[in-house]
Amino acid sequence: MTEPLLKVQNLRVELTTRNGTAPVIDDVSFELYPGENISFVGESGCGKSMTALAIMGLLPEGIGRITAGSIMFDGQELTQLSPERLRRIRGNDISMIFQEPMTSLNPVYTIGEQIVEVLLAHQSISRKEAWATAADLLDAVRIPKARERLKDYPFQLSGGQRQRVMIAIALACKPKVLIADEPTTALDVTVQAQIFDLLRDLRKETGTSIILITHDMGAVAEMAERMIVMYAGRIAEVGAVDDIISTPRHPYTKGLISCVPHVLASVSDDKQPLTEVPGIVPSLREFGRDQCLFASRCQHRTEQCLEARPKAVNFDGAHAADCWHAETLS
Amino acid sequence: MTEKPNDLDTVPTQDGLILEEPIEKARHPFMEAWDMFRRNHAALVALMILVLIILGAVFGPSLYGRDPFDMVWAPFTPPGQNTDFLFGTDYLGRDLLAMIISGARVSIIIGLAAAFVSVFIGVTIGALAGYYRGWVEEVLMRFTEFFQVLPTLLFSMVIVALFGASLPMITFAIGIVSWTAVARITRAEFLRIRELEYVTASRASGARDLKLIFSVILPNALPPIIVQSALMVGSAILFEAGLSFLGLTDPNVVSWGQIIGSNRTYFLDASYTVTLPGVAIFVTILCISLVGDGLNDALNPKLRSR
Repeated sequence: MTEPLLKVQNLRVELTTRNGTAPVIDDVSFELYPGENISFVGESGCGKSMTALAIMGLLPEGIGRITAGSIMFDGQELTQLSPERLRRIRGNDISMIFQEPMTSLNPVYTIGEQIVEVLLAHQSISRKEAWATAADLLDAVRIPKARERLKDYPFQLSGGQRQRVMIAIALACKPKVLIADEPTTALDVTVQAQIFDLLRDLRKETGTSIILITHDMGAVAEMAERMIVMYAGRIAEVGAVDDIISTPRHPYTKGLISCVPHVLASVSDDKQPLTEVPGIVPSLREFGRDQCLFASRCQHRTEQCLEARPKAVNFDGAHAADCWHAETLS
Repeated sequence: MTEKPNDLDTVPTQDGLILEEPIEKARHPFMEAWDMFRRNHAALVALMILVLIILGAVFGPSLYGRDPFDMVWAPFTPPGQNTDFLFGTDYLGRDLLAMIISGARVSIIIGLAAAFVSVFIGVTIGALAGYYRGWVEEVLMRFTEFFQVLPTLLFSMVIVALFGASLPMITFAIGIVSWTAVARITRAEFLRIRELEYVTASRASGARDLKLIFSVILPNALPPIIVQSALMVGSAILFEAGLSFLGLTDPNVVSWGQIIGSNRTYFLDASYTVTLPGVAIFVTILCISLVGDGLNDALNPKLRSR
């Protein structure tokens, strides 16, 4: 097997809150191979976005910090790099698109200026070449009349178009890794499908690895090869998308999947009642306790779950679940 | 107006509104702002008067052609007595109109320059404090508070008295005591904007700190700063008038405050020598305030929907 492009090992990120520090990311390890697409799934507040920000070196200053673990990217240890080196990597080797396309573009500059800015920041090309590249990029993200639209301000574009522009900016320097933090959450369903199509095609053309952060199981099934289910800052289950969707081993994953109607059911199947995962994600104060953090919402809970943090149980094909009862489930 | 033929058979005002509403088209923000400004009639009139005052200050002295320091006629000639001297003469027999025209130049230049100095200091300090947070903010804001609690007039008098009453020194003295409001506004805007998603997005695409401060955040923080700066020009003119009234001014140039100050002892006998330059100051500052108010209408998104 090839070397992983990005290798995160035992990452621990702590947030300082009024009630002390809480590990929002607790012992998370994963690998990303060149050209691969992995997905992070989980409810809000599970640490998905924090993982992305940790990789980018953009944890909220003075509040969040990496306290343990390593992030190896392309032979460099990102947690040890100087801010300046890290800045050079951001937008060039690793770039990111955000959840809110409506607010992710600077309202006072034209989209052309914003794309050119990124190109000039990372590449030694002339301004003229940069503008030509910017037009090509807009073309690549399928914005019609790209050359004219370069002069538009963000407020003149729709949400879907803005997200396309964000993707154009993110891909401007041909990054090795693209982190997409819920790229379609704020968009219409039809536009969502277009954006996913676009991401898939661009990945095929450029070979960029994609880390997709989402809570949409449908999007995961469509986009990713492997998925990581996160719960309360810990990895609950990891494995190939097909394996996990057909035989989820962690009760949380099971709950997430049964929340989504169209992943399991084809039209001819008996319609199963939609279920929900009862309860909410534990508060930050409870993060990091030596127990299964999902226990309070789990119907399979036993004494053991409350006494110690479950260890990963491995199954076929790099499929693993952090649950004391993983083997007996399903 | 109400007799207008009305084929749509609706209330005329409504009809007019519907007809005037153009098809929603994306327009440049600048045009939008100008539209909002235009709707504030007081500000529009004030802007026109202000343009006249500025034109008068720029071209007036050469057009009018009389030296404000020349003693040209009998002292204390009231306005209207001699058509050659429309505003009359002061206690030394100098032409008051010539003095007011020349004074406009000095007052406006000092007003603009002092406002520029204070905006420059205020924006720099506010931007650094708001962007870097932490101990930088702590130090800079304590520094700002130190300047805030100084008695402004007294402090600038001390500066002018110590370092001489030249125009640059007066400008500096006014600027150094009035930047605190700008610093606080800038800091507040930076604190708000630095958390917005497009700033994170810029950072994620590898922008440097300086770039984030000056070309990502600052342009978005400008509207309230512009409004404050406009008002600052007015208060700087007033401040200069105050200083020169007290005699802390360059004796070789005329300014409005200086005219008032030098004629103040004759106020009971020849009140026009004090009133006329006073009116000039009053009108100018009123106009600047109204324009500032109009700018606020134009640039404050919270007032947009009105």
